[in-house]
Amino acid sequence: MPNPEVIVVETDLLILGGGMAACGAAVEAAHWAKQNGLKVTLVDKAAVDRSGAVAMGLSAINQYVGLKDGANTLKDYVDYVRNDLMGVTREDLVANIARHVDSSVHLFEKWGLPIWKDEGGKYVHEGRWQLMINGESYKVVVAEAAKNALLGSGVGQIFERVFIVGPLMDGDRCAGAVGFSVRENKVYIFRSKATLTAMGGAVHVFKPRSSGEGMGRAWYPPWNSGSSAYFTLKAGAEMTCQEVRFIPVRFKDAYGPVGAWFLLFKSRATNAMGGNYMEERRSELEKWGPYGRVKPVPANLRNYLGMLDVLEGKGPISMRTEEALTKIAEQYKDDPKAYQKKMKELESEAWEDFLDMTISQAILWAASDVQPEQKSSEIAAAEPYFIGSHSGASGAWLSGPEDLQTGETKSEYFWGYTNMSTVKGLFCAGDASGASSHKFSSGSHAEGRIAAKAAVKFIVENNSLPKLDQAEADKIVAEVLKPLETFEQNKKLTTDEDVNPNYIKPRSFMFRLQKIMDEYAGGVTAQFSTNKAQLERALELLAFLKEDAEKLAAANTHELMRCWENVHRMWQAEAHVRTMLFRDETRWPGYYMRADTPQLDEEKWHVFANCRCDPKTGTWEMLKRPIYRIFEPQAAAK
Amino acid sequence: MPSFVNPEKCDGCKALDRTACQYICPNDLMVLDKNTQKAYNRDPAMCWECYNCVKICPTQAVQVRGYADFVPLGASVTPLRSTDSIMWTVKFRNGNLKRFKFPIRTTPEGSAVPDGGFESKGDLSSTALFTEPASLGLPEVHGLNTRGDAHA
Ligand SMILES: Cc1cc2nc3c(=O)[nH]c(=O)nc-3n(C[C@H](O)[C@H](O)[C@H](O)COP(=O)(O)OP(=O)(O)OC[C@H]3O[C@@H](n4cnc5c(N)ncnc54)[C@H](O)[C@@H]3O)c2cc1C
Ligand code: SF4
Ligand code: SF4
Repeated sequence: MPNPEVIVVETDLLILGGGMAACGAAVEAAHWAKQNGLKVTLVDKAAVDRSGAVAMGLSAINQYVGLKDGANTLKDYVDYVRNDLMGVTREDLVANIARHVDSSVHLFEKWGLPIWKDEGGKYVHEGRWQLMINGESYKVVVAEAAKNALLGSGVGQIFERVFIVGPLMDGDRCAGAVGFSVRENKVYIFRSKATLTAMGGAVHVFKPRSSGEGMGRAWYPPWNSGSSAYFTLKAGAEMTCQEVRFIPVRFKDAYGPVGAWFLLFKSRATNAMGGNYMEERRSELEKWGPYGRVKPVPANLRNYLGMLDVLEGKGPISMRTEEALTKIAEQYKDDPKAYQKKMKELESEAWEDFLDMTISQAILWAASDVQPEQKSSEIAAAEPYFIGSHSGASGAWLSGPEDLQTGETKSEYFWGYTNMSTVKGLFCAGDASGASSHKFSSGSHAEGRIAAKAAVKFIVENNSLPKLDQAEADKIVAEVLKPLETFEQNKKLTTDEDVNPNYIKPRSFMFRLQKIMDEYAGGVTAQFSTNKAQLERALELLAFLKEDAEKLAAANTHELMRCWENVHRMWQAEAHVRTMLFRDETRWPGYYMRADTPQLDEEKWHVFANCRCDPKTGTWEMLKRPIYRIFEPQAAAK
Repeated sequence: MPSFVNPEKCDGCKALDRTACQYICPNDLMVLDKNTQKAYNRDPAMCWECYNCVKICPTQAVQVRGYADFVPLGASVTPLRSTDSIMWTVKFRNGNLKRFKFPIRTTPEGSAVPDGGFESKGDLSSTALFTEPASLGLPEVHGLNTRGDAHA
């Protein structure tokens, strides 16, 4: 990419990302922008039809509250999330998503997403909050509405295959973003009055269990690389819950979903001796304060009980598919015809669960001749991921809505615009927003809508284009392109492009990051365990890595994207390590264990652990923020 | 391999300015070899086996061979996607075959109307999103005192 064209795009609202949250933002923003004569620009590194975590499809909508039928209240959802996150959650943010999420689900249905219905026309639930869908085209349908909204109304434009590197600032206000095309010889400077970050979470920060060719088979898609965290950190935004990683337990190796087996088929998981850790280790739950007593048992505690079995040499852990299916068969033992029909239905449901969202698992079962009615299948804890929209919680620290505050919360949780970060004009949604987990695909879409509406309001009330400091912009553009130049200048020093004394290629850089995180920050190899000394060692090694990031080299624009993805991952890693170090207790034992402080310390640590990196000096600041209740505590958790 | 291209079937999307598989891959993996005019996956170790390149290829040239480091050889999972449904053929290592067909959408392609037909009447300062409260099926958006049991 020698001398790329630098293109300046001026817009009112800039939406970064094209996933669930960004598509929600686009649909909502288009309406309010048209009413107010504003322009909206959406930028995705991929094709919006099939980008983000839902690119393959999904088999369930995981958040539906059922407000119109009075099935649940906002408080019910807040209770569920707070308990699952071991007491650490922003109730105002969770309640805000919960009061709007059904609206997004009803729109999905109108747009054409097949949601399962029973004979009475009611949605079929997988669990209390989950709806079953035929979700192969979930993302296609949601993207279609977003595109129709932006392009059909004439207010919007969409850039695909433009990778966003980092923010542009005007003092303490976000002034837009810088990115480059991976298809054309172009660098983009996007100038905006408000910016909405929705670039997903992060994978491959930790070494994956799979190796070689299978390295891309992480549970979380390899293309979300921590761009949201990098963008908000670099803008100087306060971050929250950076220690709250997510480790899903899934079918081993291919990471196929287990939800249908546990919830629909009521399957158990047992160890090598046939023992059920959820029963045998029940007393362990007592050690985790009020959270060990709630139902459902928090995801990390369920993980933890299984991990204890593995640590004791009682693996493998198996999903008892054969037992679950036999039990179902028993119910039909007098009616072979009904049984045949039921089994056919279940078989199709089980396979659809894989084919809709983890096709690799279908391949693995077929390649190993698995017959689930005859033989159980192994499950295992995956490597850690950052996905604040799922069962993790990492993201930016945001203002909540004014009307969901109490006298106590208002001064801590509210500063003007809903879902605005501590940086003026910078809004976040989906995985980019913190302390509001369990929003999943539907809640991320709803949160994108919430943030977009607030961002439009911000623009109307602050209707000036932030200044562009040309010298600063030139500097950033040069920095973005530097890996290409480093490659050109040094490539003659070696006969092997990948091994050069003066530079490091992005893949090797990623391996180095993953090794540090895996061994010192509680990855798979370290059995998800770490301590103060290990974390300090991780910081030492990350400091070298950060220096060497200046020597990343790219032979083409594809590699240039890989370089920046890994810089983004590195920043996510540093925020994670620093926050685990700060919180000297263990609160989410099945996600990570601080072996030197192996217990819950409710008195000292029932708080949010926040951090901020000063963009001017590069110094990190760690902060405690109070956790206030908005809803009355549930009896069990009092 | 994860995804791989059968050279006999790939026609390089007839030299159009962008190939379908390159357009769709979320991880920017599929590229066209300028000399052979055939597509290939440039970095199989970063492939998620999301099948988007497989589903979109007009000539069914793209297939997936399970990750070599943990998947035994011999199986295949092949989709055929139409405008309203998808048909899957699962071939087991032992030769067994299973077929599944699932709906993928209930509306014609391209027809998604952003407001879903729900009335918009909110204003920029209200808590209601543009299709609300209609799209909630409620008379109004909940606040702390409607369905919340909040602290006073
Ligand atoms: C394996 C898996 C299974 C899941 N199962 C379910 C389920 O069954 N039900 C459910 O409801 N939810 C499920 N979820 C959760 C759901 O997918 C997420 O909550 C949701 O996608 C989050 O939305 P988002 O917009 O924050 O991120 P995403 O939807 O991931 O979107 C991120 C977007 O950012 C773009 N992007 C990233 N980096 C950049 C950059 N640098 N520049 C420009 N663009 C960039 C991406 O291309 C993408 O468009 C699952 C998630 C995973 C990973
Ligand atoms: S979409 Fe199919 S035919 Fe077109 S270039 Fe790719 S593999 Fe070849
Ligand atoms: S399967 Fe998915 S990730 Fe792999 S090359 Fe095809 S589109 Fe890309």
